[in-house]
Amino acid sequence: MKITSHEARERISHRDTILETTVRLMIPFIQLYGLYVIVHGHYSPGGGFQGGVVLGASLIMFALAFGLTASKNYMTESLNIIIANAGALIFTGIAALCALLGGMFLDYSVLANILPIDPISWRSHGIFLVEVGVGMGVMTIMISIYWDMASAGRLDEGL
Amino acid sequence: MKLPALLATLVTGALLLYGTADFAVWGDPKSPPNSNISVHYVEQAVKETHVPNIVTAILGDYRGYDTMFELVVIYCAGMAVMGILRRREDS
Amino acid sequence: MEGIVAEIMAKYNYWIYVVLMMIGFYAMIGKRNLVKKLLGMNIFQTSIILFFVSTGAKKGGSIPILDKQAALQGAVDVNLVVNPLPHVLMLTAIVVGVSVTGVALAVMLRIYRKYGTLEEDEILHKIETE
Repeated sequence: MKITSHEARERISHRDTILETTVRLMIPFIQLYGLYVIVHGHYSPGGGFQGGVVLGASLIMFALAFGLTASKNYMTESLNIIIANAGALIFTGIAALCALLGGMFLDYSVLANILPIDPISWRSHGIFLVEVGVGMGVMTIMISIYWDMASAGRLDEGL
Repeated sequence: MKLPALLATLVTGALLLYGTADFAVWGDPKSPPNSNISVHYVEQAVKETHVPNIVTAILGDYRGYDTMFELVVIYCAGMAVMGILRRREDS
Repeated sequence: MEGIVAEIMAKYNYWIYVVLMMIGFYAMIGKRNLVKKLLGMNIFQTSIILFFVSTGAKKGGSIPILDKQAALQGAVDVNLVVNPLPHVLMLTAIVVGVSVTGVALAVMLRIYRKYGTLEEDEILHKIETE
């Protein structure tokens, strides 16, 4: 027996209190953990890719529990794309800024011409800024791929 | 269909296993993959970047181009998924 | 005979990767369902990742995160730190794999929307009879 996606949605349209409460309690910790993974990429296993995926997973979990339209109230689609573009622009912008300041492309030590601290410390800080850009890009693209995939491009309700 | 696929798989696997005879022994610190540029990374990365996690140092600094176009790849993947799925004329 | 067994035991990581690669390769060329082909490609990719990471292993080596003060003074034994380069390359390869899987699933959704099936021969039949 074949059922349409609309009928399937009607069957599971009731809300589950246990599921929603659990997700509501877990999401802040997951997002905090994602930020921790990005920020501690210098001292422990982690970095932009991993932290970005964890942050994206938190919103995907929200969308699974509360429905896709509810998740779009918290992260609107235009904001999502703006953050994705900002992440890519942070990375390429810092790389190009290094070239404009007279160094090599992606050589963060010349950023010491802007803020005079140790050039080798600037390499560390430059890596951190770049990781933040990577995390923003990965997070938003993961959410975007989930939205499109779950609702087959309609962005209405999905799974 | 099934039998030629199985034969091709087995031939490929046999060739790959024959090729492993020339590979380095597992866990050998002096093997070719472990003895060229990575020695410089392990010894000098912390001095040159002040990042204790060498993987992050290589990812963000030494191989920054790789990571940058990595981000471009995943960005393009997101845009491609949007472009493929959000066309409405055939539904 | 003992020489062959010793050879296999010394290089068992390559055997694991070859077996995984054969599973993925067979799924890619032998199966007719497109989702199964994609799963085969993911298994293939996992075997490549395993292969690269295993080439960087060192017996008794620890993770490539160093003590900062010791490393600044040059007190690092290279033989006791795992090669970090394959880890970096495979980190990016995993992300590329996720992107490829996403795009492939999106294309499959479109194919299913147009032809109503994901079996390769049925799709070919429908294309030919149109």
